[in-house]
Amino acid sequence: MLRKSRFGFTEVVLVLSLAVAAHMLAQAPPAAPQAGARSAARGRAARPPAFPDRPPADPAALERGKALYGVQCNFCHGSDARGGEGGPNLLRSDIVLNDKNGEKIAPVVQNGRVDAGMPKFDLTMAQISDIAAYIHSFKVGGYDVSRMTPPSIVVGNAASGEKYFTAHCGSCHSATGDLKGIASKIADTRQLQQTWLMPGGGRGRGPITVAPVTVTVTLPSGEKVNGRLIRIDDFIVTLSDTDGGQRSFARSGDTPKVELHDPVAAHRNLLPTYSDKDIHDVTAYLVTLK
Amino acid sequence: MTRTRTLLLWAAALLPGISAAQMLDPSLLMKPLGEGGWPTYSGDYSGKRYSNLTQLNQSNVKNLTLAWTVRLPAGLGGGGGGRGGFGFGNALPTIVGGEAAESSGAFGGPPNIRASILEVGGVLYLSSPDNAWAVDARDGHILWHYFWKTKGGTHIGNRGLGMWGNWLYMETPDDYLICLDAKTGKERWHKETANFNQQYFSTMAPVVIGNHIITGTGNDLDEPGYVQSRDPETGDVQWTFYTVPMKKGDPGADTWGSIDGARHGAGNVWIPGSYDPETHLYIFGTGNPSPAYTNPPSRNGDNLFTCSIVAINVDTGKMAWYYQVNPHDTHDWDSTEAPILMDGAFNGKSRKMVLHADRNGYFYVLDRLTGEHLLTSKFSETANWASGVNAKGQPMRILAKDSTVPGSLVSPNNGGATNWQPPSYSPDTGLMYVPTSDVYSMYYLTETDPRGAMGLGGKDEEVLASMGSYLRAIDYKTGKVVWAHRYPGFSGGVGNGMLTTAGKLLFAGDAGGNLVAYDAANGNILWHSRLGQVSNAPETYMLDENQYVLIAAGDTLFAFRLY
Repeated sequence: MLRKSRFGFTEVVLVLSLAVAAHMLAQAPPAAPQAGARSAARGRAARPPAFPDRPPADPAALERGKALYGVQCNFCHGSDARGGEGGPNLLRSDIVLNDKNGEKIAPVVQNGRVDAGMPKFDLTMAQISDIAAYIHSFKVGGYDVSRMTPPSIVVGNAASGEKYFTAHCGSCHSATGDLKGIASKIADTRQLQQTWLMPGGGRGRGPITVAPVTVTVTLPSGEKVNGRLIRIDDFIVTLSDTDGGQRSFARSGDTPKVELHDPVAAHRNLLPTYSDKDIHDVTAYLVTLK
Repeated sequence: MTRTRTLLLWAAALLPGISAAQMLDPSLLMKPLGEGGWPTYSGDYSGKRYSNLTQLNQSNVKNLTLAWTVRLPAGLGGGGGGRGGFGFGNALPTIVGGEAAESSGAFGGPPNIRASILEVGGVLYLSSPDNAWAVDARDGHILWHYFWKTKGGTHIGNRGLGMWGNWLYMETPDDYLICLDAKTGKERWHKETANFNQQYFSTMAPVVIGNHIITGTGNDLDEPGYVQSRDPETGDVQWTFYTVPMKKGDPGADTWGSIDGARHGAGNVWIPGSYDPETHLYIFGTGNPSPAYTNPPSRNGDNLFTCSIVAINVDTGKMAWYYQVNPHDTHDWDSTEAPILMDGAFNGKSRKMVLHADRNGYFYVLDRLTGEHLLTSKFSETANWASGVNAKGQPMRILAKDSTVPGSLVSPNNGGATNWQPPSYSPDTGLMYVPTSDVYSMYYLTETDPRGAMGLGGKDEEVLASMGSYLRAIDYKTGKVVWAHRYPGFSGGVGNGMLTTAGKLLFAGDAGGNLVAYDAANGNILWHSRLGQVSNAPETYMLDENQYVLIAAGDTLFAFRLY
């Protein structure tokens, strides 16, 4: 389980992507280092969903249920059963969640809930069973990708964004140079925004390849050793030199001197300075660089 | 393995009296952490994770040496008991239970120990989702393994076991409380504690107080959180405390847009609380409101008693006081992080207090007799979601830092400035030690339906970058960070939990997979061992006049001592 750090840099990316996935859960685990994160990622990939979907219903029953729901229930509980004019969200109702074929829903439908303003419905058990099949056909879970179709994220002012860009980004980047056509290269505007904020960041599968973090170790003799950073903690720094071999150096306080060269340091250091308006304006500007 | 050692191990296996379980003397639970082992989640009820053991101290910790290690087998596969195992083949007894018709093993894989580990009478008791083990605290050999065939549920972690007399208690991802015989690992009974159909999952370590077994649950749909007390012999419910209003007129009902909203408002309790034996108050943190990221009219208001520190009388289950640390949370920042009960001077007056470092980046001090707010400070340098702190000491949320369609730049990220990893408080230094992480994310709103989303839906969070992970030491009197140790690099790993001792030591897992001993006063490093990862909080116990330090790294335990 003590993995050699041969895979160090990949691991950082893996850990980050795992962290993003894990954050869909309330009880977020730590962005754990190396070995555990890798095995956890493997373990998780093979797992079934924590809460299984219901088995598909008979299509004919679903059709009948959908028609009945549209006439009898839709107005109050919404066409997606997530609540409507006065009626609550049915998908998260404990009665619905614990119901199998309408047996728990039926008493509510047939007797009504006078105190909550729900009338009685003159429906048979078979009809209620069909309605139940339809309600149960909706996915029950908070994180539902099928519902995630937001409007465009581009809301900023391109002219203001250009001003900001010139003032804060212009010393390294140019609209006619390295960023020429950036909006065509990165057509997804959210990905464009994420990428200019932190190239190669986040899920680590962005369209821009960022140079790895490098490190310079200055030995007591004065010799400088440079290479790609494999891993660093308070006790060891490991780098990969030009021929691909790895070298590790013991660290004790400031000896030897270790300098990390973070290729996205400028982007990182800007993060605390942005307003959301700055971000949205710059994105609106970059979107014009087709 | 030498012949002598093999014979000795056989002898130990054949003579359970030598190494098998000892009953937990209930008086040990009332003592401060030290000679009495580690009989409950935080070692003692205070949550301080401060041991009064002094054999290990600043002058000799540099000689701390590996005593034993063991790899824990999970699932039905069983196994030979790892490196500390039996001499011949598959002698490890695996006891199987569970409500599932069969187990596909799909939720298996190697265990990742995030649990607090009990040490009682020379035996360690620990867990991961669906698995429990008893391990000899002297040499790491496995005494028994219990495996629960699960129906499913979120398998994110298990925080540990509780113990009452000869019985152990474990919660399962599919919402059962299991009672095991500590000697044999055999199941005595199991009880359903939450409704699986409503997508509850259970990870909390049961807390044993007197004749109460306290349980909690998790939920990522919209179901109400609750704390429950059960009888240790029968498992029958003694009382249930909901963390959100369940009907009209309940306390806090006017802090929601509707009762239906409150009843689907979450506030789940998934980390054990602390207990004050003088007042009989069980003090715990509650989870975030739901839906977590969207603001339907049903959530209008402060959303009590989510994101709060709550004190309930353990005999009755009735609330004595509450303090909401984070009104109307919109970032899924639970406030379940362990509250620490400690006594000390505050503004020249002797006080009994609660310390709490929150996932939202703020630190709080309360009076634990009354819930009176004493202090709020910001410990995360990057936290940018609040415009300041109001007269009650609550951060004032900036509405524009909710998830938005074009994206909001927010720190902390969803994982939080800190999370479940247990903090520690040392009365020697007056400092609280917290594993922390300063990360920026973009929060994108993806559900613009005015009815909001369900559960954790309706947003996409895209992590940008870490500005650094720190072990931070906070002075409770001022709320200021007295010292911070930055972990090198940019991995964003938060490290793991904390332990302090009267040897003036602070033990913690760092972000690089080392177990490290620091000088608790200033963060100077005194000793370390690289394990590759650290997955729970360090613990310590005394056995045969040796002080052990115990840590988990994924599926492996390591125990250290002096020789």
